[in-house]
Amino acid sequence: MRPDESPARRFGPGFLVKLALMAVVNAFGVYVIISAWTAESWVILGAMAVMLVVADWVYFSRRTVPLKYIFPGLVFLLVFQIFTIAYTGWVAFTNYGDGHNSTKEQAIEALLVQNERRVERAPSVPLTVVEDGDELGFAVVREDGTVEVGSADEPLESVEATVAGGQVTDVDGWTVLDRNDVLARQGEITDLRVPVSDDPNDGSIRTQDARTGYASTSTLVYDEAADTMTDTTTGTVYTPNDDGEFEAADGSTLSVGWRVFVGLDNFTLAFSDSRYAGPFLQVVLWTFAFAIASVATTFLLGLFLASVFNDPRLRGRKIYRTLLILPYAIPGFVAPLLWSGLLNRSFGFVNQVLLNGASIPWLTDPWLAKLSLIGVNLWLGFPYMFLICTGALQSLPTDVMEAAKIDGATRLRTWREITLPLLLVSTTPLLISSFAFNFNNFALVYMLTGGGPRFDDASVPLGHTDILITMVYSVAGLDGNAPKNFGLASALSIVIFVIIATISAIAFKKTRSLEEIN
Amino acid sequence: MSSTTTVAPRRRMSAGRWFTELGWRHVVGVVFVIYAVFPIVYIISASLSEGGTLTGSNDLFSSISGSNYAALGDTRFWSWALNSVQIAVVTSIGTVLMGAAAAYAFSRFRFTGRRVGLTTLLIVQMFPQMLAFVAIFLLLISFGQVVPALGLNSKIALICVYLGGALGVNTFLMYGFFNTVPRELDEAAKIDGATHSQTYWTIILRLVTPILAVVALLSIIATFGEFVIARVLLQSEGNWTLAVGLYSWVSSLLEANWGLFAAGAVISTIPILALFLFLQKYIVGGLTAGSVKG
Repeated sequence: MRPDESPARRFGPGFLVKLALMAVVNAFGVYVIISAWTAESWVILGAMAVMLVVADWVYFSRRTVPLKYIFPGLVFLLVFQIFTIAYTGWVAFTNYGDGHNSTKEQAIEALLVQNERRVERAPSVPLTVVEDGDELGFAVVREDGTVEVGSADEPLESVEATVAGGQVTDVDGWTVLDRNDVLARQGEITDLRVPVSDDPNDGSIRTQDARTGYASTSTLVYDEAADTMTDTTTGTVYTPNDDGEFEAADGSTLSVGWRVFVGLDNFTLAFSDSRYAGPFLQVVLWTFAFAIASVATTFLLGLFLASVFNDPRLRGRKIYRTLLILPYAIPGFVAPLLWSGLLNRSFGFVNQVLLNGASIPWLTDPWLAKLSLIGVNLWLGFPYMFLICTGALQSLPTDVMEAAKIDGATRLRTWREITLPLLLVSTTPLLISSFAFNFNNFALVYMLTGGGPRFDDASVPLGHTDILITMVYSVAGLDGNAPKNFGLASALSIVIFVIIATISAIAFKKTRSLEEIN
Repeated sequence: MSSTTTVAPRRRMSAGRWFTELGWRHVVGVVFVIYAVFPIVYIISASLSEGGTLTGSNDLFSSISGSNYAALGDTRFWSWALNSVQIAVVTSIGTVLMGAAAAYAFSRFRFTGRRVGLTTLLIVQMFPQMLAFVAIFLLLISFGQVVPALGLNSKIALICVYLGGALGVNTFLMYGFFNTVPRELDEAAKIDGATHSQTYWTIILRLVTPILAVVALLSIIATFGEFVIARVLLQSEGNWTLAVGLYSWVSSLLEANWGLFAAGAVISTIPILALFLFLQKYIVGGLTAGSVKG
């Protein structure tokens, strides 16, 4: 490439725009790196640093012309799609979830904080509530007269201060709260705990009346050398186990654990645990049944309608076509919600008007709910199939049809042995992608039945119409109806990935789309 | 097609023959048009009914009033609508910019990794982004600890997540179109001294404007209707999109909120329906393009 081809060599307006954009990108990158440093997020820090260096190299080197065009999209693709897939794979092998949310250090700290009790017979210390911006803090007067100040995030540290009548009246860098503010923020003040030092074993200072403070220390003591937790009230010693929890000799565990690798536990839980295996099998079967039935019903109806309207002598074809694709043209979230009203057992139009006041449990009976889902999906999905079948029918070669006619084939035979096979050749890739779409048709199931009716076994938050992707949602506990279990949810996502990958591999073979890349 | 050639043979048909050849098609047409259109007519009627309850909506067009539409003003509906529009429009602009740039690179440059890149995109687009929503949720928790604006419950973060799917879905559509623009144009520009960026911004992009418009509008339609990721990420009611907000009305107190939902549904459907009918030709073309190529 000739050196004069790069705009970097010409200092025209284009170069200035690029320079300005890169300045913004670099500023953002440096900001993220600094924030990641203070938040101690080393992975984000490292990833951002790498991306920033690569970005600068791409846009200021003359040898990276194609990358200049691909890079922005590539960054988003890497972070929000490819990384998330890999991250799903990682979480699937951990016990990430409620009770196992963080690292071991954070779990130990949380345990010590949660088990703090007021130290008996400890003298109370004079205390003043102070604030720095919006952040509340305590200033306490020690027995030797020195003043220490700290907040929820910063442990106590001695500062220069004025003390009058046993109370602090002025502290460097903090403002003393007046009586009205103290009353107004009473709740916040009684909840505030100011750590004595960086070591959570040392406990904290708390207050009830905003004038005197008392020391609290944890009833648990963490012994770093032995890596054990000891409950000082009972003397029980807890040791860490393989599940990322502190466990006593009698098998009891402490409430906060940490993330550990659990190997294939999540997968064995889904496939063989007595609570999950039964529902999981039912969900998998129904997911396949739903996806296959959806594709079959929509395709057959779409094909039927496309053939009906494929006669050029028919008047008003355009109007029919426009009206028939309306269900496909309304936003995806409106249709299931609309049908959930129409199919409502007590007040819905279908029961009240069409069936003259019947009380059919369309959405609450296990089998009827399944039927309703397929029915509603038929309404939503047939226009798409109608469109692609119309397109495919119109592109069929007419000479073959004429040849069949001349050879004396009946209409039915021509249809069965020429039209249909040719049609299937051109629509199979779309049928496969439609299958993959319905396999993960979250919005329809979640909005219409919510997965319900629930299985009789109440120990798992699943129902008769749950498909795999809604099962992932329930198991992850994101709607708050069940304890969060990101590990199991991710393992289930991996199962979906594998199924979709298999289907895609078949699709690839069928379409040979790879050959189109030259 | 001239009308005489199509109408003339029909006149000679007997009524019975007309019915077996064409008439029944009209019967089928009318039946299925009713099937397709009835729920839409019903929701329009429900949105205009005075009571606003599910039961009251069963007498179609028994009362016509704008009370449900007026009542939307007392809810967060309009801020949801604004959120949806903001998110959809920004996502669509980003998608077009990034997708078109990538398509240009794949179409015009020959570089190492090009084949692998195209193949990877083809594979990646098989996996819808929503499959990894748990990981996206956890990822944004970590982001939020570093940059709050990119954490959970942020519209900017949601847009970024949507942009992550931009390359996978649209590059191929654009790539095919870019390939139809003759290369001679680039070469002529190059000889005249244009840089690659000048060629891209001033020549190529103008010639591919139709596909840019189609991708932009398809992206708006898709983002506007997206539910799962928005539901998982947007937590406070003020940040919800229409999909999340309308779901919340129907999932809680269905009977009482029905009129509100109906009015909201009609308003959210109109722009999408308009875009769709406007784009009908292109969408149908795009849908069948992959299948009929053979």
